[in-house]
Amino acid sequence: MNVQFRSKPEPGSSAQAKAAIADCDIHPARKTPQELFPYLAKRWHSHLETYGKHPYQGMMDGPPYPKAQPNASRRDAYPPDGGQQGSSLSFMQQQHLDPNNVVLGVLCPLNTGQGIRNQDLSAALATAINDWQIAEWTGKDSRLKGSIVVANEDGPAAAAEIRKRAGDKNFVQVLLLSRNVEPLGQRRYWPIYQAAEEAGLPVGVHAFGFGGNPITASGWPSFYIEEMVGHSQCQQTALASMVLEGVFERHPKLKMIMIEAGFGWAPSLSWRLDKNWERLRSEVPHVKRPPSEYIREHIYWTTQPMEDPERRDHLFQVIEWVGWDKLLFATDYPHWDYDEPSRVLPPGASEANREAFYLNNALKLYGLA
Amino acid sequence: MTSTIKGGVDCDVHPAVPHLTSLLPYLNDYWRDQVTTRGMTDLISQSYPPNSPISSRPDWRPAKGKPGSSLADMKAQALDPFGVSYAICNPLFGVQMVFSEDMADAFCGALNDWLVKEWLDRDSRLRGSIVIPVQSVEKSVAEIERCAQDKRFVQVLMLVMGDMPLGKRAYWPIYAAAERLGLPIGVHAGSNYHNPPTSVGWGSYHIEDYVAQAQAFQTQLTSLIVEGVFARHPNLKMVMLESGFTWLPAYLWRLHKFWRGIRMETPWVDRAPLEIVRSNIRFSLQPIDAPPDPETLNRLFDHMQSDELLLFSTDYPHWQFDGDAALPEGISSDLVRKIMIDNPYATYSRLMLPMVKETTA
Repeated sequence: MNVQFRSKPEPGSSAQAKAAIADCDIHPARKTPQELFPYLAKRWHSHLETYGKHPYQGMMDGPPYPKAQPNASRRDAYPPDGGQQGSSLSFMQQQHLDPNNVVLGVLCPLNTGQGIRNQDLSAALATAINDWQIAEWTGKDSRLKGSIVVANEDGPAAAAEIRKRAGDKNFVQVLLLSRNVEPLGQRRYWPIYQAAEEAGLPVGVHAFGFGGNPITASGWPSFYIEEMVGHSQCQQTALASMVLEGVFERHPKLKMIMIEAGFGWAPSLSWRLDKNWERLRSEVPHVKRPPSEYIREHIYWTTQPMEDPERRDHLFQVIEWVGWDKLLFATDYPHWDYDEPSRVLPPGASEANREAFYLNNALKLYGLA
Repeated sequence: MTSTIKGGVDCDVHPAVPHLTSLLPYLNDYWRDQVTTRGMTDLISQSYPPNSPISSRPDWRPAKGKPGSSLADMKAQALDPFGVSYAICNPLFGVQMVFSEDMADAFCGALNDWLVKEWLDRDSRLRGSIVIPVQSVEKSVAEIERCAQDKRFVQVLMLVMGDMPLGKRAYWPIYAAAERLGLPIGVHAGSNYHNPPTSVGWGSYHIEDYVAQAQAFQTQLTSLIVEGVFARHPNLKMVMLESGFTWLPAYLWRLHKFWRGIRMETPWVDRAPLEIVRSNIRFSLQPIDAPPDPETLNRLFDHMQSDELLLFSTDYPHWQFDGDAALPEGISSDLVRKIMIDNPYATYSRLMLPMVKETTA
């Protein structure tokens, strides 16, 4: 490893016995919206207080579907010194990073400036959240690595932010969300992929986001559980769009990570794409190879929420189809559907596969091996 | 190759309306006048462009006219070679796309009458699905009740992409009528294009729309299950038509996991999603989105944990397989019998009606 990891846990900590892991989906939060103001031009402070973020959804403040827990987070994850779950580095260290022996934690900040309609504000918030990650998180704990948050609907502004951060070891990926104004393969997003490929950074696509489109092709459903399950369908469609628009044909070195959207659906989607590509390839001549090949080569998958079939052999068969070399362990700390590291992978995996799953794939992908 | 067996039921064939003007004899004066005076164009859904490769197998493509518009061709290409006792006609004419519920109602009525006269009356193996003007629940129920008097209608047909998620309570009178009359609800691939055809917006290509059908089926199953349709209507069967099915196991793992986590939100869902699917949901066989090797497919069948979910279909004239290979390679003769005969009869109770037996004796 070419980075300094905290190699030994505190004496007496339960982590001593635990194998080192990478957690590829951690959500740091702000204690208050004002926590970002030092990183944001003054012009925006009063703007935010007067008009809000003006997102692609109706609620001024909060999600369109009420979560099952406050902030969709564990009730035991409130820091003792106040603030919402995930807003205290010291408590995150104490509750999660140290006891679970997390040697690499990838930060995916949510509720930033993505999915909002004012693009100048979106770009300003993206820059601010990136500076905030360095100042408050990655600069204070070398185990943590940041995601370059970008103004997702403004390709040139997003590309500029990526180029500005390129080479900065505080960041290991570019962050997008799955739900945008258009499917992610569309041209408005191409500058993002160009810049990411040039910078040698993978693009993480985290489930969620707002783009103004109903979360089903039949309009808005009623319940939070439909939104939760529906993110995986959004991710499938977003990935199909990237493949069929030729993103991977144009960017042969680009890697992407599907974050928190499941991976069990990948084989079926790949087979469906292949079958229809054989029939309909005259419509998409820029897609030169069977879609499953692009997916197998370019796509990585974080594990949480882990596929959880009744029978263990079913899980292992699906992992064989997806590839043991493509899975990145994640807990989603501090969210309520957190996956406990010790219980995620059932017995039966080889030692090499287990290590790849929990740590080595991530180190390799993020260039930290 | 796995051979088909005699006496099966083909649960998804598509007779095509040659042109909107073919419905003129079945419309009243007002609507006949509307169609002609306004110069209305044919209702061809871009879900199935007639010349697209998926809309017709190359060797099933007629010299002229739309694929599926000739009964003689359907007999020679599907009904006879696969030796079926029945085939269920699911017309995909684009009547759901119009925005006026009155117009949709008129066209649906005409389409159903056209199906009876031009198809069901001409081959005793054919059965029909009732196409309904979904935008109006009241008119849909009336159309179901009107058509259901003809026992050759064995199902109600809806599209997988419509105005609202299918579980929404507003639709429940449709489900009550269907359950009462012994009609499963068939949900077929396709969109009325009143919403973007994917949950992340409009894609660029026809292939994207078609691939996205599978994701639309997934969101609809979630809606149907969590809204409680089957708690209210335990005897209602719903059949996912041209949906694909290889996505089902992983989809259910995820739904099950979240249901366990947040079932307090929908306390009326008192059975696990997998159990609800087993008792109330069926899938047509084609398309099979899997590689052609028997090992992979048999693993997938194992992941589905039931041999009662699949119903034989050719999806005629759509291009899902070549030659006689309607059934996948390497499946057991028991499963063939289940898929072709037992499962369809258990789903479509109207196939067992005495009148039906007499007419086909």
